[in-house]
Amino acid sequence: MADKVLMKGNEAIAEAAIMAGCRHYFGYPITPQTEIAAYMAKRMPKIGGTFLQAESEIAAINMVYGASAAGVRAMTSSSSPGISLKSEGISYIAGSDLPAVIVNAQRGGPGLGGIQPSQSDYFQATRGGGHGDYHMIVLTPASVQEMAELTIHAFDLADEYRMPVMILADGTIGQMMEPVSFDFDIKPAPEKPWATVGTGMKRPHNVVNSLYLNPAELEQNNFDRFKRYEIIAEKETMYEEFMTDDADIVLAAFGIAARVSRNAVLAARKEGIKAGLIRPITVWPFPKAPFAKAADHCSSIISVELSMGQMIEDVKLACECRVPVTLCNRVGGMIPTPNQILDAIRAAAKGGK
Amino acid sequence: MTTSYLFAGFGGQGILFAGKLLAYKGLTDGKNVSWLPSYGPEMRGGTANCSVIISDDDIGAPIVLEPDVLIVMNNPSLDRYENDVVPGGTIYVDSSLIGRKVNRTDVNVCYIPATALASEKGLDGLANMIIMGKLLSDEDQLGGESLEKALKKCISARHADLLKSNYDAMMLGSQQ
Repeated sequence: MADKVLMKGNEAIAEAAIMAGCRHYFGYPITPQTEIAAYMAKRMPKIGGTFLQAESEIAAINMVYGASAAGVRAMTSSSSPGISLKSEGISYIAGSDLPAVIVNAQRGGPGLGGIQPSQSDYFQATRGGGHGDYHMIVLTPASVQEMAELTIHAFDLADEYRMPVMILADGTIGQMMEPVSFDFDIKPAPEKPWATVGTGMKRPHNVVNSLYLNPAELEQNNFDRFKRYEIIAEKETMYEEFMTDDADIVLAAFGIAARVSRNAVLAARKEGIKAGLIRPITVWPFPKAPFAKAADHCSSIISVELSMGQMIEDVKLACECRVPVTLCNRVGGMIPTPNQILDAIRAAAKGGK
Repeated sequence: MTTSYLFAGFGGQGILFAGKLLAYKGLTDGKNVSWLPSYGPEMRGGTANCSVIISDDDIGAPIVLEPDVLIVMNNPSLDRYENDVVPGGTIYVDSSLIGRKVNRTDVNVCYIPATALASEKGLDGLANMIIMGKLLSDEDQLGGESLEKALKKCISARHADLLKSNYDAMMLGSQQ
């Protein structure tokens, strides 16, 4: 399938998941991600897979938990309020060291909020949403092509590190159509000797569990998991730089905010302002290195977000507050315009705030 | 070169479909394209719009705020977007549904009584394609293989019988 097809971001996720070997999808409808469930409902029965519309988001994530424990590639998707409901299950999946792929096509919040795009679940995604010391790998696609690519990558990462991986998208990237190519080399899923698929009377029982009543054992379990996180931070961090080499003003933005920021960078360059953009593709692990490097030569950093300022904390930590970091944002389903960002760049170039 | 289009009207007028056809044509022509719909309750009768960008370069923001070309099929859409069109841009107006004239004097305006024409010629529901026919012929993009391919991509095999009427509507539009 070398030909590019026009597809919505949500549909690209669903098709890519199927290509990655996902045959178990559990979901519950919510705008703006329902196309994922609709696509799965159409395709899964034709390829011997399972599409199941659960009675709630909580049920759906626990079905993922069960399917994953049985060793299959499983996925669920939702939008912000639904992800809150899933967070308990995600913590259990993390605590049981199981792979899972969870999609969040974010919408404005808090509460039921609205249905327009947002990035205000950044803290929830990168800091855990559920209880306990755990992380998910969090991938932030900025195009329909990346919706597909990162979904396949998500399944590989989830299996390799036995942990939940979240695709942190938003309503815009989910709803927009762009050309997408599905010309991927699919790696086979690794063996899963830990899966609870029956012993055949040949080995001891496998147990999937997140309950450790002995505190010393639970402590060691946490230590071991965080050692794995260190390896992930070292090996799996992803980002893209755009015109940052000589940049005086550096923007930080992911997803749809990065798409708009790109326009602003080009507009600023036309005015002779040396602007650039660092686009994190993983927000956990957060790409600290390019920001530390940028802080060596830029005069300020602007975090462009569809939130009240969440990623900005990671940006400040990454550049150790060596340069001023300001926020350029819209919330509630509104999206910053290139002009709004350009104004922020102009102000920063003048040394203002 | 980058051209941005904004299609706006009521849900049910084929606003999103017209945009999709243009995007598919761009893709078939080897361009970069993006198509972004308004989503939510709009599709059930409210105002619907979609942003389409066709470009030789990578596309940044997929949201069209200042369209080169505006296609409007109801009054509220003209009121809302008229002033956003770039100077020198073009506005296509379905003049059978929009009573007033465009106030701007620094843009090209094309009035087509598309909805009336459609019912007159037995092409009900294809006013969108009549306007598309005019737009594509103005841009010298009508005919050719890529349009046919794009149309086939947009109309599922199940509805293949509608290919001809869609094509006829575009031809009718091109003569306006």
